Amino acid sequence: MALNQLPKPTPQHSTATAAGGVAEETHDHHDQPPRGALRWLLTTNHKEIGSMYLIFSLTMFFIGGIFALVVRAELFQPGLQLVQPEFFNQMTTMHGLIMVFGAVMPAFVGLANWMVPLQVGAPDMALPRLNNFSFWLLPVAFTLLLSTLLMPGGGPNFGWTFYAPLSTTYGPPSTTFFILSLHIAGISSILGAINIIATILNMRAPGMRMMDMPLFVWTWLITAFLLIAVMPVLAGVITMMLMDINFGTSFFTAAGGGDPVLFQHLFWFFGHPEVYIMILPAFGIVSAIIPTFARKPLFGYASMVYATASIAILSFLVWAHHMFVVGMPLVAELFFMYTTMLIAIPTGVKVFNWIATLFRGSITFETPMLFALAFVVLFTIGGFSGLMLAISPADFQYHDTYFVVAHFHYVLVPGAVFSIMAAVYYWLPKWTGHYADERLGQWHFWTSVIGVNLTFFPMHFSGLAGMPRRIPDYSLQFADFNMVSSLGAFMFGASQLIFVWVIIKCVRGGVKAPAQAWEGAGDLEWTVPSPAPLHTFETPPEFKPTSH
Amino acid sequence: MSGGSYYVPASSKWPALGSAAVGLMMVSLGAVLVHGQGALFMTIGLVAVLAVMWFWFRDVVKESRQGLYDAQMDRSFRWGMGWFIFSEIMFFAAFFGALFYVRTFSLPWLDGEGAKGVASLLWPDFTASWPLLNPPGENVVGPLEVVSPWQLPLVNTIFLISSSITLTISHEALKEGHRATARNWLIGTLALGVCFLIVQGIEYYEAYTHYGITLEAGIYGSTFFLLTGFHGLHVTIGAITLAVLLARLLKGHFTPDDHFAFEAGAWYWHFVDVVWIGLFLFVYVF
Repeated sequence: MALNQLPKPTPQHSTATAAGGVAEETHDHHDQPPRGALRWLLTTNHKEIGSMYLIFSLTMFFIGGIFALVVRAELFQPGLQLVQPEFFNQMTTMHGLIMVFGAVMPAFVGLANWMVPLQVGAPDMALPRLNNFSFWLLPVAFTLLLSTLLMPGGGPNFGWTFYAPLSTTYGPPSTTFFILSLHIAGISSILGAINIIATILNMRAPGMRMMDMPLFVWTWLITAFLLIAVMPVLAGVITMMLMDINFGTSFFTAAGGGDPVLFQHLFWFFGHPEVYIMILPAFGIVSAIIPTFARKPLFGYASMVYATASIAILSFLVWAHHMFVVGMPLVAELFFMYTTMLIAIPTGVKVFNWIATLFRGSITFETPMLFALAFVVLFTIGGFSGLMLAISPADFQYHDTYFVVAHFHYVLVPGAVFSIMAAVYYWLPKWTGHYADERLGQWHFWTSVIGVNLTFFPMHFSGLAGMPRRIPDYSLQFADFNMVSSLGAFMFGASQLIFVWVIIKCVRGGVKAPAQAWEGAGDLEWTVPSPAPLHTFETPPEFKPTSH
Repeated sequence: MSGGSYYVPASSKWPALGSAAVGLMMVSLGAVLVHGQGALFMTIGLVAVLAVMWFWFRDVVKESRQGLYDAQMDRSFRWGMGWFIFSEIMFFAAFFGALFYVRTFSLPWLDGEGAKGVASLLWPDFTASWPLLNPPGENVVGPLEVVSPWQLPLVNTIFLISSSITLTISHEALKEGHRATARNWLIGTLALGVCFLIVQGIEYYEAYTHYGITLEAGIYGSTFFLLTGFHGLHVTIGAITLAVLLARLLKGHFTPDDHFAFEAGAWYWHFVDVVWIGLFLFVYVF
C-alpha cells in the first residue's frame, strides 16, 4: 500500500468543526458551566468526565502500585522483614482489587469517554448525566474500599478473587464493607457500559456504518457488551456472599448443602470475561497506533472485528480453566482446556494483522509507537504462557505458582497498562494541544520496558520451580529471582514518576500540535482542532467512508 | 431539533447528589450489618436515593414535555433501557445458575455420586434430595415441608401473567388514543401487581411460621429466598414504576406516538413476569 492511499483529512471537516466550536458561545441550550469545584462535580461533558476518569485511574495506579511495592519489598529477600503476614495478605489483595477495578477499568472508560464521541462524530455521550453519575460513584466506592484497611481486623486479605469460604467464614469483619464498595463500583461499570453502547449504536455520524467504525470503537462496543453481561453476575455472587456472612444462608457452605466451588464457578464466569474487558480496548488502541506510525491502513480490518467478537463469545466458555485443580469431572477439564486453546486462534489473527500492518510500512518510533510495539511483543509472551496454563495436566503443576503471576502480569502490565500509556501519548496532543515531551517519553518507555521485564520475567522461573503465590516468605533457592523481581518493580514504579512529569509538562505547554497531530492518523478525532474544544460536532460531521 | 443539530442535555446536580446518597446508604448499611448501628443514616440514605431519582426523573419528564428531546434522544433512551434490562437478566441468571449447580452437581456429589463423590466422606449418612429437607451439617435444620406450587404460587402465576396481558391491552389502548381505557387497564395491572406482593407476603409468613423455610434452613431456604426475594423486589420496583406512569397518564402525559416512559415501564414489567415463570418452574414445580 502506498502513502497516497492513506485517508487524508478533508479541509471541509476542519472548517465545519471549527465553526461548531465558535458557535458554542452563542448556542442557546448550553448553560454557563458552574465555576470551580462545582464545574467538575456537575459536568456532563464527555471530555471533562473522560479527564476525571483518567486522573482517577492514575491516582489508583499509584496507590495500587505502592501496595505492590510493599509486597516486592517484603519479598526482596527470604524471611519476614518489613510487614506482618496478615498485612502482606491485605497488600496483595488490595493491589489486585485496586489495579483491576480502580486503575485499568476506569482508564479504559476514561479513554472511551474522550475518544468514542470524537471517533464516531458525536457531540457527547448518549446519556451525559448518567455519565456523570457513573464517574462519581467511583471515588465513593474506592474511598470505602481503601477505608477497610483502617477497620478493626484490617481490610480484605483473601486475594483479589475473594474465594469462599476464606472470604465468608474466615474473612475479616470489614468484608461486608468490601462487598458494598464492589457493588458501587459495579453499578458504575454497568451504567458506564450502557452509555458507551448507546453512544456507539445511536450517535454515529450520518453515513458511518458499523464496519466504518475505528477499531477502538469496535473493541469498546464489544467490551461494553461483556461488561453488561458479567458485572451483574459479580453483583449476584457478592450478594450471595453478603447473605452467607450476615444472614446465615448456605450458598457456599457444604454443611447446609451449598458448595464453595459454586463460588468459584460464579466468580470466574464473571472473572474470565473481565480479563477480556481489560484487554479488548487495548487491542483497539494498538490497532489505531500501529497503522498511524507505519503509515499504512490496518491490515485485515474486518478480520480484526470478527476476531474481537470471537474472543468475546469464547470468553463465556472458558471460565473453569482457572479451576483445573479444584476437582472437576474429567469432561469439564477437557472442555475448558479445548475452548481455552481455541482463543489462541482469534488472538493469533490479531497479532498477525498487526505484524502485517507493519510489513513494508514506513515506520517511525515515536513514544506511542514504542509502547504499542512493546505491547505486541510482550502481550504475545503473556498469551503464550496463557496457552501453557490452558493445558490442564500441565496446569496441575503451574497452578497457584509465580508462573501464573508472571502470565497475568505480562498480559496486564505490558499488555493493558502499556496500551493505556500508548493511548495517552497518542492522544495527549488532541487533549492538550501540545505534543508530549518526546525525549522524556522515550526515557519513560525504556525504563518501563526494562523494569517490567526485570520484574516479571524471573517469575516464570521461580514459578516453574514451584514458588507459591501470595506467601510472604519463601525457600532460599528462590532468593535470586525474587531479588531481581523486586529491583525491577522499584525501577518500574519509579519510572512512572517520569510519566506523571510528562503529563503535567504537556498540559502546561510544549510544541503546539495541529488538528492532524500525527501525519499517518486517519480517524475523525483528527479533524477537530487540537486541543479539542469543549464542545465538538454540535452539528453532525460529514463522514466519508474509507476503504478498510 | 432535526435541523442537522444535536441535542445535548444541560448539566444537572442530581447525578453527583445521587452518588453521595448511594455512598451514604451503602456505608450505613455496612455499619448496620457489621456493627449493628446506623439504621437512621441508612434510612436517610435510602430516602435520599429515592429523592434523587424522583427529582432527576422529574427533570427528564419536564424536558421531554417541553419537546426538547429529538428522535435520537428517544433512541438513546431505548438502547439504555434495553441494555439495562439485559443486565438485570444476567443478575438473575447468576442466581438460576447457582440453583442448577447445587441441584445438579453439589448435592449428588455430597451423596457420593460419580468420581467426585469423595465429598460423601464428610457426611456418610447424607442422602441427596430436592427440595433438600435434610442438610448434611448437624447444626443446620432443614425445612419441615415445602410450599406446594399448586396453591399460592399458582395464584401468583395467574396474577402476574394476567397483569402482563392487561398491561399490553392498556398500551394498545394508549396507542389508539383511548386514554380512559388505557387508564383502566393500567389500574388493573397495578392492582394485580399489588395482589401478587400481598400473596407473596402471606407465603413468606407461612414459610417462616409453618414450613420452617428460613434463610438459615440450608441451601433450599437460601435459594428460595434469594430468587423469590430479589424477584419480589423487582416487582415492587415495577409496581412503583406503574404507579408513576398511572399518575402521569392521569395528568395528561403521553401521546399515542410518544410515550417511551410507558413502554420502558412495560418492558420492565414483562421482564419481571418472564423471570417469575422461570421461578415458578424451577423453584416451585420441578
